[in-house]
Amino acid sequence: MLTAEKRKTILLLIPIIFVLVGYVLYPTIETFIESFKQNGIVSIQNYVDFFGPKAQANLEALWNSVYISLLSVLLSACIGIPLAFIFTRYNFPGRSFFSGIAIMPIVLPSLVGVMAFMWLYGEVGLVPLAIQDLFNLEEVPFSIGGVTGILLVHAYTMYPYFYMTVSSALNNVDPSLEESAANLGSGRFGVFWKVTFPLLTPALVAASLLVFMVSMASFSAPFLLAGGYRVLSLQIYFSKINGDLEMAATQSVILSAVSISFLLFMRWFQNRRDYRMGSKGIGAHRSEVNNPILKWIMVTIGIVAMVVLLLPHAVLAILSFVPEGAWTWQKYPSTFNLENYRLLFEDPNIWDPVRNSLIMAFVACLGCFVFGIITSYALVKRKFFGKNLLDILVMLPWALPATVVGMNLILAFNSKSIFSFGQVLVGTFWILPLAYFIRFIPLVVRSTNAVLEQMDDSIEEAAQNLGARWLYTFRRVVLPIIMPGVLSGTLLAFVQAVGEFPTSVLLYTLDNRPISIEIMNQLRMFNLGQAAAYGMIQVGLIAIVMIISYKFFGVKSENTL
Amino acid sequence: MTAVTLSNITKQFGDVTAVKELDITIKEGEFFTFLGPSGCGKTTTLRMIAGFYYPSTGKVKFNDRDMTTVSPEKRNTGMVFQNYALFPHMTVFENVAFGLKVRKVNKGEVKRRVEDVLEKVHLKPFIDRQVSQLSGGQQQRVALARALVIEPDILLLDEPLSNLDARLRDEMRNEILRLQREYGITTIYVTHDQVEALTMSDRIAVFNVGNCQQIGTPTEIYNQPVNDFVAEFIGETNLFEVKRSEGSLNLFCDALNLQVVADSSIQEEFDENKRFKMSVRPEAIAISKTRLEGDNVLVGVVDLVQFTGESVHSFIKVNNGRTTLKVTDLNRGPSTYLKEGFELYVQLPPDQVRIVPVAKE
Ligand SMILES: Nc1ncnc2c1ncn2[C@@H]1O[C@H](COP(=O)(O)OP(=O)(O)O)[C@@H](O)[C@H]1O
Ligand SMILES: [Mg+2]
Repeated sequence: MLTAEKRKTILLLIPIIFVLVGYVLYPTIETFIESFKQNGIVSIQNYVDFFGPKAQANLEALWNSVYISLLSVLLSACIGIPLAFIFTRYNFPGRSFFSGIAIMPIVLPSLVGVMAFMWLYGEVGLVPLAIQDLFNLEEVPFSIGGVTGILLVHAYTMYPYFYMTVSSALNNVDPSLEESAANLGSGRFGVFWKVTFPLLTPALVAASLLVFMVSMASFSAPFLLAGGYRVLSLQIYFSKINGDLEMAATQSVILSAVSISFLLFMRWFQNRRDYRMGSKGIGAHRSEVNNPILKWIMVTIGIVAMVVLLLPHAVLAILSFVPEGAWTWQKYPSTFNLENYRLLFEDPNIWDPVRNSLIMAFVACLGCFVFGIITSYALVKRKFFGKNLLDILVMLPWALPATVVGMNLILAFNSKSIFSFGQVLVGTFWILPLAYFIRFIPLVVRSTNAVLEQMDDSIEEAAQNLGARWLYTFRRVVLPIIMPGVLSGTLLAFVQAVGEFPTSVLLYTLDNRPISIEIMNQLRMFNLGQAAAYGMIQVGLIAIVMIISYKFFGVKSENTL
Repeated sequence: MTAVTLSNITKQFGDVTAVKELDITIKEGEFFTFLGPSGCGKTTTLRMIAGFYYPSTGKVKFNDRDMTTVSPEKRNTGMVFQNYALFPHMTVFENVAFGLKVRKVNKGEVKRRVEDVLEKVHLKPFIDRQVSQLSGGQQQRVALARALVIEPDILLLDEPLSNLDARLRDEMRNEILRLQREYGITTIYVTHDQVEALTMSDRIAVFNVGNCQQIGTPTEIYNQPVNDFVAEFIGETNLFEVKRSEGSLNLFCDALNLQVVADSSIQEEFDENKRFKMSVRPEAIAISKTRLEGDNVLVGVVDLVQFTGESVHSFIKVNNGRTTLKVTDLNRGPSTYLKEGFELYVQLPPDQVRIVPVAKE
C-alpha cells in the first residue's frame, strides 16, 4: 500500500504544485527579476534610486507606510481591546446587541467604507457641515484628509480585528486562573498584568500582525484620501501608470519585504512565548453592572458608539437614493428616489460592472473552492517531503500586499508563458479572475484546514475499513464533513472578490471593469448616488453571506477573519 | 470463519521499533486479546491486521491467504475504533448501512440487514437519529453494529470501552461477548485493562515494549505467568528477588530473609547472569493470629488496612519492618478486620509461590 498511498499523494500534488508555481511563485520571481533590470540590463540601479537622493519620494513613502501602519495598530488596539473587555466581562442592558453592532465595520468593503467616510467627514462632508449649521459657525469645524483621514478609516475598519481576536481569547481564559491568582493575594491590577495579559499575548500578536499587514497593503484609503501624502502601495500604482514597470517592481519587492519581515518577526515572537491553555474555556462569567448611574452611562456610550459605527452604512444607504444631478451645488441632497437602483437593472452600462464582478468573482471562487479542498487535504492529511515549503507558498498571497499581487501578474503575464498556455493574459478578461483566485487561495485553504484538522483520521480509516475506496470515501465522507467550512470560506472570498479594488485597478480592461472601478468612475463624474448604490449592493451581498454562514454553517463571524 | 497468522512481524517507524518479531496464531472464532501497557505496540499490531500499516518484515495471513500488503478496503475486517469514528454527518441508519452500500447490496436487503443488526444491539428505536444525539454507550453500539453488519471475517476492537464510564463498561463488555458468540466471528480485542482481558478472552497475548511476553488462556496467564512482567502486570502480586547459590536448588529471598520453598522450582541449569523473582498473589497468603506451622512462615505487624467494599487489603510489615506484604481477603464483616499495629503470623503457601525469571530489559 505504501506505494499506492504515495502514488495518490503524488497525483494530488501535481496540480497543486503546478498552480502554486505557475501563478504564485513564478509571478513573484518575475517581479523580483524585473526589479533588477534597468532598460532591460541587469543592474541594482533601481534600488540605488529607491534609497538614493534621486527619488526621495520613494523613501518617504516607505517611511509613511510604516508610520501609518504602526499608528493604525496602536489606534485599533486602543479601540478594540477595551471594547472586548467591556463586552466579555460586564453585563448591562443591550450588551449582546451592542456587541453585534461592534463588528459592523467588517461588512463595508474597504473602498466603499472609505467613500462613506469621505462623504461624512471629508472637506464638504455632511457631519462638519451639519455642525457648522447647527452652531452657526463661520467655517466648517473640521474635515479629515491626508494622514488623519487614512488613520481614521484604518482605525474604523481594523479595530474589529483586535476586538474579535481579543474577545475570543478572553472567552477562552479559564476564569479559575484569574480567581486562583486573586486567591493567592494578587490585586485586581496584578491579576490583569500577571495572568490575563500574558494569556492574551497570542491574540494581541495575531491582531497586531493582521492590522499591520493590512495597513501596509492598504490601497483604497490612501487612494481616495491621501491627497499629496505618499504611501508605498500607492507609489507602485503611480509607477505602473507612468509606465515605469521596473521601478514598480522594485517598490513591490521592498513593500513585500517589509510585510514579510514583520510577519516573520511576529511569528518568531509568538513562538518565543507560547502559552497554551491547559484547560478548555468555560466561558467568562460576566459581572453584572449594578450601579445604576454607571449602567446608564455605559448604555449611553453604547448608543453613541453605535451611531458613529453605523453612520457610514446609513449615509451610504441614504445617498444611494439620490439621483444623478440632485446633489451638485446644494449643501444637502434634497431629492430621493429609486432611480439609481432602477438604472442598475435597466441600463446595461450601469449593470455590466455588477455582472462582471459577479461572474469574475464566481469563476475565481470556483477555482479557490476546488483548489482549496485539494490543497488543504494534501496539507492536512498527507505526509510528504517539503510540506512546509508548500505551506509557505500557499500562504504567500496572503502575506503579499494586493498591489504587489497585481504587479506580479502584470510582469508575469504580459508576455506568453506556459502557465498562460501561450497567451498574453494581461488585457484579457481572464487576468482579473486569475488575480482574485490567487488573492483568495489562502483564505479558502485556511478555513478548510480548520475543519479538516477537526476531522479525526480514524473517520477516513473507518470508511476504508468498511470497504470504501479512497475516492468514494473522499466524496461520501470527507467532503460532506468539511463542506460547511469550505463553503463559508469560499463565500467570504466571493464577497471580497466582488469588492476587490487594488488588483482590479491595476489589471482591468474596459470590457471586464468590475464594480470597484465603476464606483471610481462615478465618483469622478460626481454621481455619488450611483456610487453609493453600487456600495449598497456589496454591503447587501456581504450581509447575506454572513447570515448564511452563521445560520447554515454555524460559523461565527470571528472565524471568518 | 477465519484464522489469523502473524509470522515474525516487525514494524518500524523511523528509528522506533513499535513491534518486534511477533509470532501469533489466532484460531477461528476465537476471542483473542492483546493486553499490555500503553505504547507497547498493540494498536500497531491491530492496524497491521486491518491493513492501515504494512509490516516492515514478516507476514500477515488470513487462513492461507497472504494479506501482508493487501489494502484495507479489500480485507473484509470490521474495526471498532477507540473514538468510534462514526460519520458525523449521517444518521444511525446511514452509518450502519455504509459498508453495505459500498458492497452494492440492494436497497431492500440493506434495510433488512441494518434493522436486524440494530435490533441485536438494542438500537432499533434510534435508527433515524443523528449520531451526535446519542450517548457514549449508544455510539459505541452503532460502531459495533456498523462493523458487524458487513459480516466481517475478523472483528477488530481497539480499546473500545476506554471512553465509557465504569458501569457502562461492564454492560458493554457483556454485550460485546454476547454478540461475538452469536456471530461466532474471530475477534481481536486490544486493551490495557487486565480485568477486561481476563473476563472476556479465550486467549490473551501479553505485550511489553513491542514484544509478546506470553500467550495463554486467562487462567494460565494469571496463575502461571512466564516472567515477572506478566506476573506484575496481570493482577496484584508480591514480587521479590530470590537468589540461589551454585550447586544447590535452595532459594533465598533477601527482602523477606527467608529460605523459600516453592512447588514450582527452577528446573534450569545454574547461570549466574539469570535473575529470578518469587511471586505470591495477595489473596493466596494465609494469615493467623496464632502460630503457624510449615514452610515459608513469617512474623509481621499490620501496617495499614484498606477497605474497598468487597475485599479488605492489609499491608503487613515483615522482616523487622523492612518489607511490606500485601494481603487481600474477602470482606467477612467488621469482626474479621485486622487492627493496625497487631502482630501476627503470615504464611506463603509453597503451592502458591511461583518462581519466575526476570524479563529481559
Ligand atoms: N504512526 C506512527 N509513527 C511513529 N511512531 C508510531 C506510530 N504509531 C505508533 N508509533 C509508536 O509505536 C509505539 C507503539 O504504539 P502503539 O501501537 O500505538 O501502542 P499501544 O496501542 O499499545 O498503546 C509507540 O512508541 C508509538 O510512539
Ligand atoms: Mg493504542
